Amino acid sequence: MSLQPETFKSLVKAAAEQVIANAAQLTALDQAIGDGDHGANMKRGFEAVLDKLETISAQPLDEALKAIGKTLVMTVGGASGPLYGSFFMAAGDALAHSKQLPGDLAEVFGSGVGAVSARGRSQPGEKTMLDVLVPVLETLKVAAGRPDLIERVRETASEAVARTVPMQATKGRASYLGARSIGHVDPGAQSSCVLLHAVCNTLEAGQ
Amino acid sequence: MSDTVGIVIVSHSKDIAKGTADMVRQMVGSEIKVAFCGGNPDGQLGTNVSLIIEAINNAWSPKGVAVLVDLGGAETNSEMAVEMLPPERRDLVVVCNAPIVEGAVMAATEAAGGSSLDQVRAVAEELSAE
Repeated sequence: MSLQPETFKSLVKAAAEQVIANAAQLTALDQAIGDGDHGANMKRGFEAVLDKLETISAQPLDEALKAIGKTLVMTVGGASGPLYGSFFMAAGDALAHSKQLPGDLAEVFGSGVGAVSARGRSQPGEKTMLDVLVPVLETLKVAAGRPDLIERVRETASEAVARTVPMQATKGRASYLGARSIGHVDPGAQSSCVLLHAVCNTLEAGQ
Repeated sequence: MSDTVGIVIVSHSKDIAKGTADMVRQMVGSEIKVAFCGGNPDGQLGTNVSLIIEAINNAWSPKGVAVLVDLGGAETNSEMAVEMLPPERRDLVVVCNAPIVEGAVMAATEAAGGSSLDQVRAVAEELSAE
């Protein structure tokens, strides 16, 4: 399998539509431990991506990923804009520097995860989107090329979201709550899971 | 008059950003270059990278620009905005780790005396040192 432009376009479309469909849930999670704008912010960003889908998906993959990143940076309006934006821009940058898909998927994804960590000055365990992205990166490394890769990524993401519930936030707005952040799903971890599930489900349907 | 460091105020609220800029102008004087922005791309509470870039360019000085921010997203979006500037401007902008109102007034006071960007930043960040 190699990533065809039509497949890429359907992945971006599905990911954007799922974020938009789950905006109310993301906002509800963010109202519990943040400032309640994560769903609306992500919806605005991914609506902008959908608006530009034709232009974006007509570009080479590296440029397309960077364009998605830049669109999110410019339209999301919360910290998640630069965080997700940096993910896509760094992934695009990795592809521009001789990495290929699907062969180098783990490395390309890892470049994105590294950029999120740097942008947020954050590490796993701090109740953020990294608590989903880092375990998924590990799965991509160990299960690359295996027939059950999609299923394992989806499960890893779901399990990783559940593990944010007992965590105490030490980064982002939720950290202001201290121990009161315990007992809630992290909204950023959930939005990462929504994006990853959309990608997995679309790839699976196309097989 | 020689150039002075520019001051940019980035709040989630346009009202807070504007009020802070008003305080700076009244307390420090109108010779200082001050720009501000607040609100997300829909005009609600939040921050907006495009507006931050515009504010930095409006407050531009060859001596550099000090950015004062309120909460998390304002800082992350300001750092993103700095990275999206042309390379020759990027190194001349700092996002200060300081309280937004006091930091802006202290930074502007220091800037008005002709201090360097590093000095302006240091004075603002002293407020967060305790």
